[in-house]
Amino acid sequence: MATPLRIAWWRRRRTRDLLFQAALIAGVLLLFGIMANNAIQTVERQHIATGFGFLDHTAGFDVVQTLVRYDETSTYGRVLLVGILNTLLVAAIGIVLATLLGFLVGIGQLSSNWLVARLARSFVEIVRNLPLLLQIFFWYFAVLRALPGPRESWGVADAVFLNNRGLYLPAPVAESGFGFVMLAFAAGAIASIFMFLRAKAVRERTGRVSPVAPGTTALLVVPALLASAAAGFPMSFSVPALSGFNFQGGIVVLPEMMALVVALATYTASYIAEIVRAGIEGVARGQTEAAQALGLNRGQMLRLVIVPQAMRQIIPPLTSQYLNLTKNSSLAVAIAYPDLVSVFAGTTLSQTGQAIEIIAITMAVYLTLSLLTSAFMNWYNARVALTER
Amino acid sequence: MANAPTKASRPPPRAPLPGPIEWLRENLFSSWGNAALTVVALLILYWVVVPFVRWAFIDAAWTGTGRDDCLAFENGACWPFVSERIGQIIYGFYDVTERWRVDLTLIGLALGLLWLTMPGMPGKRPVGAVMVLAYPLIAFVLLAGGFGLEEVPTTRWGGLLMTLVVAFTGIVASLPLGILLALGRRSELPVVKGLSVAFIELWRGVPLVTVLFMAANMLPLFVGLSVNKLLAALIAVALFSSAYMAEVIRGGLQAIPKGQYEAAAAMGLSYWRSMAFVILPQALRLSLPNIVGNFIGLLKDTSLISIIGFFDLLGIVQAGATDPEWATPNTALTGYAFVGAVFWAMCFGMSRYATHLEGVLGAGGRR
Amino acid sequence: MSTSAVEITGLNKWFKAFHVLKDINLTVARGERVVICGPSGSGKSTLIRCINGLERHQEGRLTVEGVELSEEIGQIEAVRANVGLVFQQFNLFPHLTVLENCTLAPMWVKRLPKREAETLAMKYLERVHIPEQALKYPGQLSGGQQQRVAIARALTMEPRIMLFDEPTSALDPEMIKEVLETMVELAETGMTMLVVTHEMGFARTVANRVVFMDEGEIVEIAPPEEFFTKPKSPRTKEFLSQILR
Repeated sequence: MATPLRIAWWRRRRTRDLLFQAALIAGVLLLFGIMANNAIQTVERQHIATGFGFLDHTAGFDVVQTLVRYDETSTYGRVLLVGILNTLLVAAIGIVLATLLGFLVGIGQLSSNWLVARLARSFVEIVRNLPLLLQIFFWYFAVLRALPGPRESWGVADAVFLNNRGLYLPAPVAESGFGFVMLAFAAGAIASIFMFLRAKAVRERTGRVSPVAPGTTALLVVPALLASAAAGFPMSFSVPALSGFNFQGGIVVLPEMMALVVALATYTASYIAEIVRAGIEGVARGQTEAAQALGLNRGQMLRLVIVPQAMRQIIPPLTSQYLNLTKNSSLAVAIAYPDLVSVFAGTTLSQTGQAIEIIAITMAVYLTLSLLTSAFMNWYNARVALTER
Repeated sequence: MANAPTKASRPPPRAPLPGPIEWLRENLFSSWGNAALTVVALLILYWVVVPFVRWAFIDAAWTGTGRDDCLAFENGACWPFVSERIGQIIYGFYDVTERWRVDLTLIGLALGLLWLTMPGMPGKRPVGAVMVLAYPLIAFVLLAGGFGLEEVPTTRWGGLLMTLVVAFTGIVASLPLGILLALGRRSELPVVKGLSVAFIELWRGVPLVTVLFMAANMLPLFVGLSVNKLLAALIAVALFSSAYMAEVIRGGLQAIPKGQYEAAAAMGLSYWRSMAFVILPQALRLSLPNIVGNFIGLLKDTSLISIIGFFDLLGIVQAGATDPEWATPNTALTGYAFVGAVFWAMCFGMSRYATHLEGVLGAGGRR
Repeated sequence: MSTSAVEITGLNKWFKAFHVLKDINLTVARGERVVICGPSGSGKSTLIRCINGLERHQEGRLTVEGVELSEEIGQIEAVRANVGLVFQQFNLFPHLTVLENCTLAPMWVKRLPKREAETLAMKYLERVHIPEQALKYPGQLSGGQQQRVAIARALTMEPRIMLFDEPTSALDPEMIKEVLETMVELAETGMTMLVVTHEMGFARTVANRVVFMDEGEIVEIAPPEEFFTKPKSPRTKEFLSQILR
């Protein structure tokens, strides 16, 4: 057994690596130390409060849109919650709309109809190459501000109204017995899932294909309808109506939120459309011929071969677009939609002056969302990698 | 010499070109569903394009010196707003007598970029080095002053100038930083790797708006001095975009086969030399389309600095539109149309260039 | 220190829990030509890659031209400057011309002036019979030409030892011959060579000794005529019966 060569410790590669890394850590700590020291001195000199105590202080300002109970006596902590919820609301609606529009335009780009393909392509090229902030300004200042006032509102069926104060929609109001209807709907939904699974099992066992769509749809709709008829239709609508200078009743979607949602949805849709197009084109190239050689028809080919594989290509970049949309919703501050940045990093910061704490919290919220998203993507990629082997 | 003559090649039979009617039937009206789609598309076009053309050209005010000249054109663009304010839109509040310095800077930038992007120009490497290393310094002296030039404080910069300064500084500063971070993320040393990952994921995980808020509110606390506001914003933009740049370059590094690293090591090249001469030249070439893509994103994102009070291209038009001197129902929209056209031309041009690069890299592969 | 070019004693290596090299002992004299063969996964490529430090061994000692491969700073680079390696996949640098591929290491490792490095590179490109391709890019050459450039690139460092890791395995049949001929010519100059290959004809004509490896250990070392005619181990016999048909 050969004895290893003896080398002086300072000539060892590992020693050098360790020293280098130790120096790096020391450098970073020093930098943080200097910054912290400066911050402490400045904060003392300017008599700014420190710590997270301010979250329990009364905010004393109003927020135009709140999803939870909030009034002027609420705390800054409550403001934070209101901001987060408003950000999530706008992001959720934006994501749904962007997905719908994005898939529509993405598939449109591949249409055999020349005009449709060109139209979809132009949409992508125009929207993607303009700054998002410009688009938000466009929708907010140029389109929604230019709408008529409440008295000259555009209305549909005397229930939906659009004017420069916002979009007024009828609000559903549940009455007694509504729970019964929900119960019937849930039972129908479970039954329809059961029916679908059963039809699948029959097809796999016998090869017989029976259409399930009419049956499952009926199961979803009929029990709920019957139950609400039995309970005497226990739901009413609060319909917006003009009273004085403005509308009362119903739900109002603020123009700020409308502009933000429309701009975020169209902007992100242009990216999603490209992802969808690339996903389908990438799969279609080799697999179409293989599927045709097996004798599948066009519908079967799309459903069984192209779409499942394309979705695998599409979902990871799609997820990061959802994250981008959520981060981009911070542009709300430019038109004063009360999102997290606007009410917390904006108003709360200027009232308390506690920049470090507030910006750290704000960034931490977004960072948490990002890390959750990338955790999902890692999980998904690992799962796909497994099934591909 | 051949004992059996090879068959002579002949041209393929020519397919008759489809007439316009056949073309229409095939591409637009092949089935009832297709025809319905065509009608819907035509309707959309009619509802979007016709009003836009009427507003922007036919019903627009073209000449004038103030809002009164535009008020007469209720349903058309107010172009005099743009033409009267064009100086501000390009230069911000830069001293009128010193504007030649901005012109010189922008012409230098345009010439340099043209040289680098035109295929077949000689000496791209030295020109590239000058653009990345020397040009920013020259541009800084020209714009800010010093060396006998009158000083122009950055608070007077604005408009297109500001947009380009932020975008160009961002890209130039983020390239070296991004390369270091990308190498760091692939390092075998756990501390180097951990710090790089933390840095990259932190900036990529938060919106640019919060980063700009940080620059405006937090950076002065950390530095302890009063910092030039523009410098603070530039640092923030550079840090932010270097995280994205690092990921783009990491993608390029990952595409380099392991054999290249091994061959370089086997010849006795040290880590830094093999990176500098073997790996990075190939990786950067591969990432070039995505670097351009990154730059497009950065250029669009520069408009966000108007949120922390700078008058960039979008910010100055937004401010001008609310100016009572020009307030008409169409002023804002006219401004947006102009700014949009400028941004669109720059971004679309660059994205075309990126697509072209992808084609070149994909087809030729190696030079 | 010694007259041997390579001295390997008690070498052991693991990939995770997998024991790839088991107690390897091998001494190669200066000017000797050793062919290493064995079934795939036998550890022969790993062994040759250990010799210039592309793979690190965990146990044992490995001395190359009197320099022991160790954790000491600068040691690996010193060994590598003396050892040329030719890969199965050529691994030429696609962004550099043939000439630049050859001059890169001499200029940056040995600090030769550019002109001197180029003269040297041309000398070795002539030796492998492709001086006319010097200004082309690797992508413009055939596989056989690329592998010859790779040999010239390694030679331009004027190494004392040349390692070949299955240099003909990635080549089309009609190109194997030109590469093998180049290697035979190189052997005639007295270069110390360690060659991992399945080309038994090459082993027969060029090698001083043939090393047979299986499952991470050296099973048999013998001069070629003895190795091919009367192998001792049944594992060698089985391998030879499969490869020579």
